[in-house]
Amino acid sequence: MTLSNQVLSEVEYNVVGKRPVRPDGVDKVTGRAQYGADVKLTGLLHAKVLRSPHPHARIRSIDTGKAEALPGVKAVITAKDLPFAALSREELGGDYNRLKFASDHMLASDKVLYKGHPVAAVAAVNAHVAESALALIEVDYEPLEAVVDVRAAMRDDAPLLHAELRTSSMGEIGDKPSNVAAHLSYEKGDVEQGFGEADVVVERELTTASVHQGYIEPHNSTAFWNTDGQLNLWTSTQGAFAVRAAVADVLRLPVSRIKVTPMEIGGGFGGKITAYLDAIAATLSQKAGAPVKQLMTRAEVFEASGPAPGSWMKVKVGAKNDGRLTAVQLEVAMDAGAYPGSPVMQAMTCAFACYDVENGKVDGYDVVVNKPKTAAYRAPGSPQAAFGVETVMDELCQQLGLDPIDFRLLNAAKEGTRRIEGPVARRIGFVECLEAARDHDHYRTPPEGENSGRGVAAGYWMNRGFQSSCVITVNFDGTVSLIMGSVDIGGTRASIAQQAAETLGIAYEDVKPMVVDTDSIGFTFITGGSRTSFATGLAAIEAAESVKAQMVSRAAKIWDAAEDDVEYADGAVRHKSDPELRLGFKDLARQLATTGGTVAGQSNVDPAGEGNSYAVHLADVQVDPDTGKTEVTRYTAIQDAGKAVHPSYVEGQIQGGAVQGIGWALNEEYYFDNSGRMMNPTFLDYRMPTSLDLPMIDTVIVEVANSGHPYGVRGVGEVPIVPPMAAIANGIHEATGLRLRSLPMTPGKILEEQWERNGG
Amino acid sequence: MPGVVHVQAKINGEDTNFLCEPRQSLLEVLRDVLGMTGTKEGCNDGNCGACTVVLDGRIVDSCLVLGVEAQGREVQTIEGMASPGGLHPLQQSFLENAALQCGICTPGFLLASRALLDAEPDADEGRIRHWLAGNLCRCTGYDKIVRAVIQVSTAPEK
Amino acid sequence: MAKVYIPTMLQTLTGGVKQIECQGRNVRQIIDGLEAQYPGIKARLVEDGEIRSNLAVAIDGDVARMGMLERVGETSEVHFVPAIGGG
Ligand code: FES
Ligand code: FES
Repeated sequence: MTLSNQVLSEVEYNVVGKRPVRPDGVDKVTGRAQYGADVKLTGLLHAKVLRSPHPHARIRSIDTGKAEALPGVKAVITAKDLPFAALSREELGGDYNRLKFASDHMLASDKVLYKGHPVAAVAAVNAHVAESALALIEVDYEPLEAVVDVRAAMRDDAPLLHAELRTSSMGEIGDKPSNVAAHLSYEKGDVEQGFGEADVVVERELTTASVHQGYIEPHNSTAFWNTDGQLNLWTSTQGAFAVRAAVADVLRLPVSRIKVTPMEIGGGFGGKITAYLDAIAATLSQKAGAPVKQLMTRAEVFEASGPAPGSWMKVKVGAKNDGRLTAVQLEVAMDAGAYPGSPVMQAMTCAFACYDVENGKVDGYDVVVNKPKTAAYRAPGSPQAAFGVETVMDELCQQLGLDPIDFRLLNAAKEGTRRIEGPVARRIGFVECLEAARDHDHYRTPPEGENSGRGVAAGYWMNRGFQSSCVITVNFDGTVSLIMGSVDIGGTRASIAQQAAETLGIAYEDVKPMVVDTDSIGFTFITGGSRTSFATGLAAIEAAESVKAQMVSRAAKIWDAAEDDVEYADGAVRHKSDPELRLGFKDLARQLATTGGTVAGQSNVDPAGEGNSYAVHLADVQVDPDTGKTEVTRYTAIQDAGKAVHPSYVEGQIQGGAVQGIGWALNEEYYFDNSGRMMNPTFLDYRMPTSLDLPMIDTVIVEVANSGHPYGVRGVGEVPIVPPMAAIANGIHEATGLRLRSLPMTPGKILEEQWERNGG
Repeated sequence: MPGVVHVQAKINGEDTNFLCEPRQSLLEVLRDVLGMTGTKEGCNDGNCGACTVVLDGRIVDSCLVLGVEAQGREVQTIEGMASPGGLHPLQQSFLENAALQCGICTPGFLLASRALLDAEPDADEGRIRHWLAGNLCRCTGYDKIVRAVIQVSTAPEK
Repeated sequence: MAKVYIPTMLQTLTGGVKQIECQGRNVRQIIDGLEAQYPGIKARLVEDGEIRSNLAVAIDGDVARMGMLERVGETSEVHFVPAIGGG
């Protein structure tokens, strides 16, 4: 590849590591691919949701009579139509709060907790009629004081979202209701002592705003509740099985009653794990006796689907004069939105994972506020933490007069480093990433232009395994069908097929990957957490190994030989001692039909050994002193992929993640008015980067093999979003001398800092 | 229910008749009335370009055009981009350059890029970035999209 | 015996002890062993017979797939770490 995109490979394979065209590519460039919104069914109704105009209010009453009477309206539902309304606290016991949260998140019962919270839904002959019906629903609200800032929500006198929520401190429950759902703390060594030994200590407070995943395809769901009680769902999701579980939970159905067909998905980034619409569409379908399709508008996507949390952090780091870290500490509070469950634990785990330091302490708070419930967004929690930690480390380097890469090399986490939460790192590629950054042309060439600067930052994501299933069936023409439950968001049909082809020793083109519904494959966890190429890849490899074993025994049968005398190598089966007896995969496949039928390999995996990801980003920025606008002029992202199965899609993940990070750094934020209403729920006002805002994103793929995977694969999708905000902040500092400690770093903030520095 | 209007338009070269309500957008007509779901909806307010089509030779956001405005005009959509003989060079280039991840933005980018190269076959990176600024892609960071278009353009520097 | 690391927030229950040796062939036995020495600790780690939903057990650095049934080796390190999903 070009110099702009380098792959530093140590091991070469036949198919893994190559760049074939993806199997679903032609359908996607010709407009034939079927996404969730494209579903068509006979007698299809269209649904719309009535949403709260208030960020916090009590619902006194809902009158749907007029809406129901509107011609063309087929069903109207409120929370009263969900099973939770008929369940008592006694029946549910300890599960009461959890189910109340899940059910109220679908349709609010007693209170609305954010602007956009669903309160009723209508199914009608078309979307226009459904929308007209919404206007006829009368909701009597008692508005309540709202709180959207995470620190404000933690105060004792803050308005409470949930009367029954108490702080859980690792199982110890607080004595009074609070917006703080959880507090967690981990310590390694003794931070007091560590800071005592330091020659330099830097301590800073920082904040980040809520940002949205920004997938271009809005959420959608089509439901058909058949008269036999079977519920069919077609939806855009990162995990068909996750939708099945969530709908089964809220609708109190056995999972076997629900079939979820995952349609092509137009982006997710973590935001399409939560099932926002499916239970509503299903309930409407049941009531109307017809299939119901529901699409979110863009405003609904912003106001009612998962932003990533806003956060507050206090970061403290101490080092000796030679640059060696002596202690690190982080206190972080993240807003979970309306219901508990922010990724604050991930933030705590990731914050200092780049560093080998004796003494460390992390404290995290999960806090509910009057915003939509936050959802995962690429390496959830880690980007916020990295913005805090990596900018403070930069300040430390500056005070010590150290090069930021040398400083990180001196303190880098490596194999054997014990993390703050305890476990010890395996073979990781952080040092290799730092070295590749140091040796890169980008780092050796000074940033160009006036008022420019360069920032360096690192990032970490642990990656994940979890369960995956695969089936491989051999066709008589020597191709194989590869059936999986992992939704393909960005090329995983290709990357899984490559691993199957490599294992079988056959051509990539001879593997036909298919993503199927929840009735057609074993349980498979979501596509997310950077797990698919790793875990579903392992499942495909295991299924392929099973196919190989069966091909060996079939050949043994044909040759009337002992199985032990037959082996599988390089896409062929051969007799170990008789060189005459050899059958290529295709030749043997052709004989399957007449020697007992096809061969199929099946596997279920739940692997450990996912192997952590590290990244180092270099960002050159130019800041216009008159307008405060920051331009990213050059960008290089370096990342350890273990082994890049399809380097183009690995680069794509890196580039896409980096650009989302650039948006997070410079423009993107939920902007709230004084009462807590989001003021910018359009792409015009929630400004994501366009092609015009960016340079090419250069990449270096470092390959430090992951011992937990036969081809050394590590997940790649998450970590690219971790370093950009800090890299850009550090670049802005070099360009202007200003330290920005609040995201996004808008022109307005930069000008304000400038005025303040210049004495107003 | 508002009255429906009979509209005659040429869509991807075919004379097409359809009925639509005056309030329906061209996007809605294409997707819901004509079943041509290759044109995508990302925002329905003119800010993402997923719904890009070509109307009488100009690219437009079909969510901002009314169906009735197509009367007597020519509409080109993604469904008409490939020929029976094969993919358009841009479609091929997008595939080879991995210029799509989720693919929801792809029809819009393809039509916008074709309109650019039809008018300026030698468009360079700067021109391409400028031209495509009305199309949002959240997956790719634009790098591979821009490269895919550069590859098809005849601009001297590649 | 396995080396069990006591989470910081539970060290009040162990009188500040950060790490103990514990007998047990699986996580359940390890936790029962902990409970025998430090009554009350089990309730902080376990809910309805399973590891608390926001916690995970890591055995030698790998998050336990089988929860309470996960095997623990003779010389394993056992950590109670935050449970983590992804995007
Ligand atoms: S859907 Fe038309 S511009 Fe977004
Ligand atoms: S490829 Fe997903 S939005 Fe462009």
